[in-house]
Order: sequence, then C-alpha cells, then structure tokens
Amino acid sequence: MKITDFMKNNILCLDGGMGTLLQENGLKSGELPESWNLSHPDIIKNIHIDYFNSGSNVVSANTFGANILKFSEKELENIIKSALKIAKEAKEESNGSQEKWVALDIGPSGKMLAPYGDFDFEDAVETFAKTIRFGEKYGADLVFIETMNDSYETKAALLAAKENCSLPVFVSNAYGEDGKLITGADPLSMIAMLEGMGADAIGINCSLGPKSLEKVVNDYLKYSSTPVILKPNAGLPRVENGKTVFDVPPSVFAQDMAEYIKKGVTIAGGCCGTTPQYIESLTSLINDINPILITEKNYTVVSSYTHSIVFDNMPVLIGERINPTGKKRFKEALINNEIDYVLKEGISQQEKGVDILDVNVGLPEIDEVQMLKTAVCELQAVTDLPLQIDSSDIVAMETALRRYNGKAMINSVNGKQESMDGVFPIVKKYGGVVVALTLDHSGIPDTAQGRVEIAKKILQEAEKYGINKKDIIFDPLALTVSADNNAGKETLKAVEMINSLGCKTSLGVSNVSFGLPCRNIINSTFFTMALTKGLSCAIMNPYSQDMMQSYYAYMALNGLDNNCSSYIEFAENIDLTPAVNAPANASKKTDNEYKSDLQRAIIKGLKEQAGNITKLLLDTTPALTIVNEEIIPALDKVGIGFENKTVYLPQLLMSAESAKSAFEVIKNSMKKEEKTSKKPAIIIATVKGDIHDIGKNIVKLLLENYGYNVIDLGRDVSPEEITQKAIATHSPLVGLSALMTTTVPAMEDTIKMLREKAPWCKIVVGGAVLTREYAQTIGADKYSKDAMETVRYAETVI
Amino acid sequence: MNALYTKTYSLPPFNEKEILRYCGAKEDNKEVNNLLKECLKEAEGKFHGRVVFTEYDITKSANILDLGFAKTSSMSLIKNLEGCKKIILFGATVGIEIDRLIFRYSVISPAKAVIFQAVGAERIEKLCDVFNQEVNEKYQTVPRFSPGYGDLPLAFQQEIFKVLDCQRKIGLTINDSLLMSPTKSVTGVIGIKD
Repeated sequence: MKITDFMKNNILCLDGGMGTLLQENGLKSGELPESWNLSHPDIIKNIHIDYFNSGSNVVSANTFGANILKFSEKELENIIKSALKIAKEAKEESNGSQEKWVALDIGPSGKMLAPYGDFDFEDAVETFAKTIRFGEKYGADLVFIETMNDSYETKAALLAAKENCSLPVFVSNAYGEDGKLITGADPLSMIAMLEGMGADAIGINCSLGPKSLEKVVNDYLKYSSTPVILKPNAGLPRVENGKTVFDVPPSVFAQDMAEYIKKGVTIAGGCCGTTPQYIESLTSLINDINPILITEKNYTVVSSYTHSIVFDNMPVLIGERINPTGKKRFKEALINNEIDYVLKEGISQQEKGVDILDVNVGLPEIDEVQMLKTAVCELQAVTDLPLQIDSSDIVAMETALRRYNGKAMINSVNGKQESMDGVFPIVKKYGGVVVALTLDHSGIPDTAQGRVEIAKKILQEAEKYGINKKDIIFDPLALTVSADNNAGKETLKAVEMINSLGCKTSLGVSNVSFGLPCRNIINSTFFTMALTKGLSCAIMNPYSQDMMQSYYAYMALNGLDNNCSSYIEFAENIDLTPAVNAPANASKKTDNEYKSDLQRAIIKGLKEQAGNITKLLLDTTPALTIVNEEIIPALDKVGIGFENKTVYLPQLLMSAESAKSAFEVIKNSMKKEEKTSKKPAIIIATVKGDIHDIGKNIVKLLLENYGYNVIDLGRDVSPEEITQKAIATHSPLVGLSALMTTTVPAMEDTIKMLREKAPWCKIVVGGAVLTREYAQTIGADKYSKDAMETVRYAETVI
Repeated sequence: MNALYTKTYSLPPFNEKEILRYCGAKEDNKEVNNLLKECLKEAEGKFHGRVVFTEYDITKSANILDLGFAKTSSMSLIKNLEGCKKIILFGATVGIEIDRLIFRYSVISPAKAVIFQAVGAERIEKLCDVFNQEVNEKYQTVPRFSPGYGDLPLAFQQEIFKVLDCQRKIGLTINDSLLMSPTKSVTGVIGIKD
C-alpha cells in the first residue's frame, strides 16, 4: 500500500530516538552516527527491528546527518545505500502485520544560510538534493525532513525533495519553549510556507516533551490542512547515577500523545530519549483511537521568516513605495545599484506601519531578474515583513520567489491565458498568495459584472493547478473617476461581488483620483468606502497621512481597534505643527560653543534638526556655502575630536548621520547637472568569506560625508568582482575590510589580483584583526585603524 | 559519547555602563545616552539565552592535554587548566535577533548599529557569567577559556562544534571562516578543580 493512501484513513506510527540508543551502544563523542551504517550495521538493524516490532509503521533510516558537507560523494552514496538496505532488511525480518515503510531521514546541514551565515541558498538546496537522489535510488519510501530549526533551511530541503524525487515528503520542525523556531518563525508561518510548497505532512519534533508543545500542536491543528506529525522528546534529560535519563516515562508519554491524537494529530512517534518501549506503549494505546482526519482550512495567509499575516477582518496595508514608476531618485538608485536606497525605503515604510512590502524593481535599463533577487534577499536581511513580489517578468518572479523565506504575496496574474499559463505553475511550485487582476485580452470591463466574470474564469483555471481560491486575492482595478464618473462606483460594486464569491480583494486606490486636484482627498475617501465594502487589503502610500487617517479611523469605527488604542497612538503622533520650528536665522551664532544652530545639530548628532535647519537655511543661503561654511567645519571639529580621543565612536557616527541628513536635503534641492560628483569613485567591500560589514559601512558614511563618491560592493565579495569594478570605473582607491584572521587570505588574494589587473589603484585595508605590519605583509598601501584615518588617506590620494 | 544538556536563560537587566564601554564611549554624553536608551527599548525581549554543555574528564601527558573530545598542546590552556581533572565544555548564544538589528541599522544608522553591537557583546558576556555562576555554585572552577585566547587557535572551535551539536541544540553554527552565527555567541571550557 502507498503510504499516502494509508494516511487517508489511519494513524501512522513513526519510530523513536536513534541517537540515544547509539550512545548506549558505544558511539563516541564526535563520531558520526551515519558511519555506523558501514561499521556497525547489525546494531542499527536491531534498533530498526525493535521499532517495527513495537508497532512502528515507519522507521527512519540512519541518515540524519548524511550529506556532502560531512562525507565525500562516494562515502555518502555508500552510507545511504547501506542505511536503506539495513532498514529494509529490518522491515522484512521484523514481526508484526502492520503496514511498514522506510524513510530517508534528513536533518539540518549544520550551517547557517546567508545572510546571517555564509551558506548560499542554492548550495543548501544542492546539498540536500544529493542526499535525496541517493535516497530515492536506493529505495526509500518517503523523505522525512526533520528537526529543522530554521525556516530558510527547511525551505531549501523541501524544495530539494520536490525537485529531485517523486517520493512523499514529510517535514517536521523543532520548536523551542517560546513556541518558535530558533531563528524566529512561528507555527503558522511554517504551516503557510510548507503547505504552499506541497509537503505531504507537516509537524513538530524534538526539543521538548509532549506536554510542553501543547500550544504549538494546537496551532498546527487549527491552521493546517495537511496531516500533522508529532514526534516529541521524552521530556528533558538529566543525569541519574551517571546515566542520562529523560523525565517523561513511556506510559505518560503515550497518554499525552493519545490526547493529541484524539484532537487530530495523525502521525505520531518519538524523538530524543524515546525507545522501542515508548513506541510500544504508544501503539498499544492508540490502536483503539479512531483517527480525526485533518480538514481543509480556509485561511488566506502570507508569511515571512518570523510571522504571518492572516487576511481576515483586519485590512492589510501593502506599502507601494519600492517601485521606480514615476520616481526619478528611485530609478537612479536602481541604475547605480544602490541597494541601500531600496532597503531604506522598505524600513521606513515598516516604521509607518505597513504589514507587507510590495517589491517592484522593474526598469528597462537594468537586469530585473538579478535586481529583484538581490532586493528580495537583502530586504529579508533588514526587515521581517512579508514581501509582495511584483513583476511582469516571469523569470524574475520565479527567481525571487525561490529565494523568498516564507510564503510570499505575488503581484500579479490576470485573466489572459498567457498570464495564467506563466504565473500559476510557479505559484503552485513555491506557494504564495497571488493577486489576480480582473482584466483579460479585451481589457478591463466597464462593469462590475464583467470583472466578476473574469474572476470566475481565473478561479477555474487556478483549480486546474490545484491552487485553492483562498490563495487568490482579486484586484478589481480602480479606474480614473475623472474620465468615467461611474468608475469608482463599479469598482466598489466589484469588491462587494467578489467578496460574496468567498474571495478576498485588493486595490491600488490611487489611480482613481488621476487628473483631479487634491488627490489625497479622493484617494483616502475611496479607500474608506472600499474598506466598508469589505476590501481585504490595499496597495498604498504609507507616507500619506490622509490614507493612514482613513485606515485608523475605519478600524476604530468598525470595532477592530481595542479601546481605540491604535487610533489614539496614531493621533498622538500626527504632526499638526508646521514642519520646521527652528529660529529663522538658523546659521546665526547661538552661543560660544557652537558657531551656528546647524553646526550645533551636527556636532551634537541631532539628525532631524540638522535636516530641518538645512531646509530653512536653503531659503537664504547658497547650497555650497552651507556645505563649506557649516557642514564641513562641523564635521571637521568632530573628526579632530575623534582623532584626539575627546569624541567617541558613537558620537562621531551620530554627527556623520546628521551631516548626511543635511546633505540629503541639499542634494534634493540641487538640479541634476549640479549633482554629478566631481570626485572619482572609491570602491569599498568586505572580502570573500566575511559577512559582517558594520565597519565598512562606517567608512562609507564618513567618506560620503566628505564628498566622496563611494561604490559599496557589500559583504562577502570575491576578488574578481572587486577587481572588475575597479577596472570598469578606473577607481583610484579601493577599501577592503576583514573581520577574521581566516578571511585575511581572501584580502591578500584580492590585493594580488588588483595589483595585477588594476595597478593604478591604491588599496587601503582595515578591520578587527589587522595591524599595520600585517597590512604591509599582504601588500596593502595603507592600514587605517578607523574610518577617520581612511578619510584622511583618501584626501591624499584623490 | 557524553550526554549534552541544553538550558535556556532569561538575562538580568542591561548594564548600560558596560555597553557604553564596549562601544568606546563614556557616560557623560547626553546624546549618546539618549540613543542608547532608544536602542535598549528596541532590543528589549530580543535575547534568548541558550547554552549547550557537557562534561569531560581530562588528562595530561608530556605536553599534550587530552580534553576528552580533542587533544591540544596549547600552553595557555594547559596553564589555565592546571590542577583540573574535569571540564565543562559549553556553547552559548543570545540568538539571531540581535544580528538582525545590527544588519538593519547598518543600513539606516551606523551609530545605532555600533550601539547594538555593544549591547549584544554585553548580553553574551552576561549569559556566560550567569552560566559560569551556576557551575561555580556546584564546583570549584578556574576562569573560563575560549578558542582564540592565548595560543589556543580559533580553529579549535571546529573540534568543539564536532561534539556539542550546536546547531541542533541551540541554533549555533560556524562557517568556513570560523565565524559563528549568531555572532553574539561564545564557546569555551570551564576547568573544574576537584
């Protein structure tokens, strides 16, 4: 019988712990348990036989840590081959008439994925893929991905299984006492991601005893439409008379498990500390229980690597600002590869209170596939908001979705056949909630009814792929009311009609006001009207106070804001006073210590004040005068103070950030031709293998303060990439940073390559482990102990 | 194979003076103090102290120290463990969330990033202190010792990772450059005198 058929009507019993039993049989510290498949096959086989004899339907072969990071490919093949052979022999040789299967067991790789580690996502996928291909080749009945405590690595493993075998895939995660994975994901986020990708069973194992996992199990049973696995530890270990014992005995373990099975868990077993005795107690207790089979749930959910957003009564705000359309500065940032600009746009929308960030970086001048992938990866490093991948390029969309750590929102599909043919297969593969525009080859229907017809067509097509309607959010499209007076009305009607089909709706509201004065009034009112019709989410500008006002007022008036507390908090922060309150003559001398208010703001590190005062000053003073007579002298004062050790690093940086905010104001006021920097670009990067770049970012900030054009290549950058950029820009100066002794060789390689291919270029190095002597040995022109010294050096080079 | 134990800790309040020292500042600057307050408010609740540990008997012959899981000839460690018969081997981390804050603020505010670095440094030291204190209550110990101290090479980390199962137990990993992730983590040994 196929295991997936068996699961339709039965409780599936898994096995118990392996590691603890191997220890009892003499596995030594540091010895790899998988090597015992070759050296001690009989011990492994007997453990499997004991589990089958105690009633397990599935035993996991001894392949938990079998991967190419720990073994050569040849060794790996032998280990997996042997592991599965042993397990299958055990299946034949064991008693018991129950149905029996053998799982290829897959545990974590031991490495942290980028951006917080150096393990590339695709390398992780390939690592798991190698194990999985051998697993299928040597006869595993299913793949069991277990004990994963990071969502991204879990995704890599599941993706590898889906792409490299045709076996059923079970996925189980290890939750801590706080009910989350160690890297932060909560149960619903994992459920959303794993179900979206099509796991055959999902659940919980390891970490704690059954009782302590109650909340997590309940969340799984509440939200999952996929069979739920529970494989807890025998409680916590402690030492008794020199022997390790676990605090939950078999009878209690079995009783606790039975309670969960009565509530809907259908796949049960044990993890650390559990033995065949535990499984025997478990099977004898659960044989009489009728399985409570999992039911289809109807939640529309998107998730990030920490949390999820459920589309229910609360309207969801999707920030629209990461989009070059109509934004000169944003376009410029994309063309110059200034990824920081994109990231800041994300972070500040989060600070304004959006729930999801739309990410659109499509521009004819750039490689959208690469840019969207970079933007999504880098945004995930600095914000935990779920993302909406927004592209009309299917390849870009798929590349970004693949790297997305969670269940993304996807923008968009529409009623044209070619759109559905392109988008639905990737929604099916990677999971996601897709926004569907109610238009087709004949355009946008004028009437609500016409748009609903397209929605129905889209639903039908999605069903062919097995995409559930809860994963489609319809955008019935807001058209311009000044062109067609009924446009607003029809769109609102369409929202209502689509809701009554049991579907969610989304709108980009701002189109409606096109061509009218005071667009904010129309937009925010339209937004309120749509919300009252049941709009689930809106793509909007969170910097618009009117839109945010509508949102908070709607929530308060519709019983969605407990004690009106969100509204009150919002209202308290509404800025009703004029933007700037500074004295009119901002450059005037204020006291003896500071030459002017602006200098004071910069020296004291008051970021907002510095920007505001500069705005005022620009009315009366030429930009260049502000720079040369206010900003630079203030910066110099702080810089000299730092060099003389009267100013500390945090102060230096606060001043630098304040100067930067003054510069931004000035830059925005300049015409394009004035902006072009006269100074050639300095290239900076953290070398290959080093993923921490705070020092490099400090250097960048200060160099920019002093008017240098800086090209920041980021962290973990190869010698080739740095050299190519130095050649392409004919850069006079390259700054390299390394934090660890182990990455200094990469720095040396980079210097060698630069010397050979870009001999004109000076090289300055810095970082925690470097010294003047060390820098000399590896061939750098200059060692800088801090950012100020780098600025001083740049002054001598350029 | 030795049994591994994991424990989670909630940490005592922040030591602001110590944090300022870590980021190279003093207490006398109002603006820096305000910034620190802001950062602490944001960092509150983002630390999850986790420790994995085990015990080994140790022996010395000639100038080789056998730690029960690996051998070393590090003179500094031999000196540190003089008179000890056992060690506690441990890995400790305060979790990934502080790394996320540092990444985030590296982009929008290096000043805050520097402060969060210092906050993280203070937290992991505090976690080690709390754990060390618990060990001290049970045993007579010598000061804890980590790879990178004295002549014990950083590469010794790899030996520790082989036996402590750090990723599975506390979510701690090491990369090829010997960088730990989460960064605010410590591995080490605490010698026990009999």
